[in-house]
Amino acid sequence: MNEKNLANSQLGALVYDPAPESASIARIKSSYGLFIDGAFTEASAHEHFVTLNPATEEVLATVSRASDADVDRAVRSARHAYEKVWSKTTGAERAKYLFRIARLIQERSRELAVVETLDNGKPIRESRDIDIPLAAAHFFYYAGWADKLDHAGYGASPQPLGVAGQIIPWNFPLLMAAWKLAPALAAGNTCVLKPAETTPLTALVLAEILEQAELPSGVVNIITGDGSTGAALVEHPGVDKIAFTGSTEVGRLIQQRVASSAKHLTLELGGKGANIVFEDAPIDEMIEGIIDGIFFNQGHVCCAGSRLLVQESIADEVLRRLVRRVEQLRVGDPMDKNTDVGAINSAAQLARIQELTAFGEREGATRYSSACTLPDKGYWFAPTVFADVAQSHRIAREEIFGPVLSVLTFRTPDEAVAKANNTNYGLACGVWSEKGSRTLWVAERLRAGVIWANTYNRFDPASPFGGVRESGFGREGGRQGLEAYLNV
Amino acid sequence: MAPEEIGVIIARSNDAPTIESEAQLRALLSGLSGVDAVGVEARAAKLATRSIKKSTKMTAIDLAISMVDLTTLEGADTPGRVRSLCTKALRPDPRDLTVPSVAAVCVYPDLVAQARTALGDANVSVAAVATAFPSGRASMAVKLLDVREAVEAGADEIDMVIDRGAFLAGRLGQVYEEIVAVKQACGDAHLKVILETGELVTYDNVRRASWLAMLAGADFIKTSTGKVAVNATPPVALVMLEAVRDFAETSGRVVGVKVAGGIRSTKDAMKYLVIVNETAGSAWLTPQRFRFGASSLLNDLLMQRLKQQRGAYVRPDEFSGD
Repeated sequence: MNEKNLANSQLGALVYDPAPESASIARIKSSYGLFIDGAFTEASAHEHFVTLNPATEEVLATVSRASDADVDRAVRSARHAYEKVWSKTTGAERAKYLFRIARLIQERSRELAVVETLDNGKPIRESRDIDIPLAAAHFFYYAGWADKLDHAGYGASPQPLGVAGQIIPWNFPLLMAAWKLAPALAAGNTCVLKPAETTPLTALVLAEILEQAELPSGVVNIITGDGSTGAALVEHPGVDKIAFTGSTEVGRLIQQRVASSAKHLTLELGGKGANIVFEDAPIDEMIEGIIDGIFFNQGHVCCAGSRLLVQESIADEVLRRLVRRVEQLRVGDPMDKNTDVGAINSAAQLARIQELTAFGEREGATRYSSACTLPDKGYWFAPTVFADVAQSHRIAREEIFGPVLSVLTFRTPDEAVAKANNTNYGLACGVWSEKGSRTLWVAERLRAGVIWANTYNRFDPASPFGGVRESGFGREGGRQGLEAYLNV
Repeated sequence: MAPEEIGVIIARSNDAPTIESEAQLRALLSGLSGVDAVGVEARAAKLATRSIKKSTKMTAIDLAISMVDLTTLEGADTPGRVRSLCTKALRPDPRDLTVPSVAAVCVYPDLVAQARTALGDANVSVAAVATAFPSGRASMAVKLLDVREAVEAGADEIDMVIDRGAFLAGRLGQVYEEIVAVKQACGDAHLKVILETGELVTYDNVRRASWLAMLAGADFIKTSTGKVAVNATPPVALVMLEAVRDFAETSGRVVGVKVAGGIRSTKDAMKYLVIVNETAGSAWLTPQRFRFGASSLLNDLLMQRLKQQRGAYVRPDEFSGD
């Protein structure tokens, strides 16, 4: 390594002027009701909460808190729609609605992207180029399945489950709504969807889209609230199926509560994904893959490649390039089209990240944090890489769910596999090598639902996604994603 | 063996390795990291979404103008056309003297003398394509004569083509030796080595050819002749910029990059500048280290520059045709 020459060329010397997306297109209302039985209605207890822009801490809107009575109303509405309408519609008819919803998402994509970025804090580039197009793609994909369920591999005329209660997280609000609603509706279920407390807005715009698409009343009900609303939905006897994406901690509680009932359950929980880098990996693309793996969406990704396992022979070189690349990340205003890393979604999440990173330092890992300047207001955390991490460190074991990468080394493929599997989670892993036989050898031995080869964090509606062990069970996406909503 | 003894055998120098055999060259090039095509294309596409606005756009437009190798490489070229091009190169917009000159005028060797006369001692270089451009299909003697004549006629820069046939057939030593010989024939003239990446096809080949040219002494590596179906593309430029960056880190020698062929709009030029900015950095954000081989690009840059100043577009005919 030649320090003298490195200092000569400064990356990013051409400083980009601010290029903010206009917030006005969002048309966020000052308050929202609950979308039950095809219309926005006031919460029965008249309870409300506010949702913030995490980049500025400004209030975006007041949202209703659904009480047990509201949950009951939503479930009854879904049951009624299921029995009277949706179970009697043909697959082709259901496909028609799903195609309409997909097209309307595309038509309103700019508005949805802006709302998502304001409510969540993720960079507009990501909501515009990834979240919203993928959400539309999921509706398109499952629209195609709706009249072909006989050929999905679940026998002739597979039957829907009935009413699905769906609880989604705050990291990909609209996308997770699409992942849940599209297969459920295609399979013939009706839904009660509860968006996350800190990011309810795109789901409420989606409710407007469902109205626009003239989806029959009650087929999808969207109720906002906090943990108590989710708990009421889980416990409601009128629900046939619970689909949850979120933390392993909450997933465990849900499983306990559902255990004594006849409810079907799928859980998509946390992860501590290992990104395994061999010495023959395509180095430049691998560095980008590591960056995407952990800093995409501020690391608020259940399948994030939060543990980097790098072959010892190239560890110094990888770390040097990684730190240089981290310095280059543009952190700041999520609405700026050139921002790479946006705001942390909530004060609570920021506190969790701070707690775990402080622990990392105390446990003896070497910390590199980007020297970027962080805005004064809002919730921010500088992209961080920990080197010299040991398997026993908390930052190597616990899900941080933030822009923090833990780097560990290995010598042999066996050791890489052993370290990658030495976790309670099992959602996603990455393998980087130009040698196909080695990639396959490693992939066969990894205990994870998703394994990416020479890439990371790629999603496609045709590809099933889901975990094993404490990362949950059930699959979303692909033909396999239909199984979660069919009585098979 | 003690570490210091190993140091005697494996030189820990910062200079580029001296190539002593074809086997050594082959080992060195095949030891380079591979390029993942999906990944490099995704990275280039992501960088293309950068939004360049306001003062950054003005800075970038002027920088791009100063990096243009204003090119005419047609059978129908005339001395008059070359003189006209030189006038344009010196003062791209005669009404606005704050517009910088372009970097060079690029012509066929027989028109070098006219370009030299027209440009005089001005700070615009004369570049000549030589070595049986664009195919490179001639004997070594003819190629070297081509170069010497262009240099004698006053060329400051020589754009040579590599023998793609030899490269693809694995005769790496031959390609290397040709570049070394041409570099010698150049004397003080700067050597740009055209890889013709459209004919090398794979990104792995682009990376290896880039290193080969740099090891052989290239001052610039250049994507294309502009005469084949596929010319400069953002991912190819990305791979070449990674190569010059890594080569500078290992050898201390900063080699330039020239993208050529099919770059017609300011928007395209901005995409390339973003890749330079975020891959190689400030040392390459200068006409000494980065060039656009283009003809119609200049007028679009001028038009966008005026649009930035006036807030409205002017007619294309406001600018001279060449």
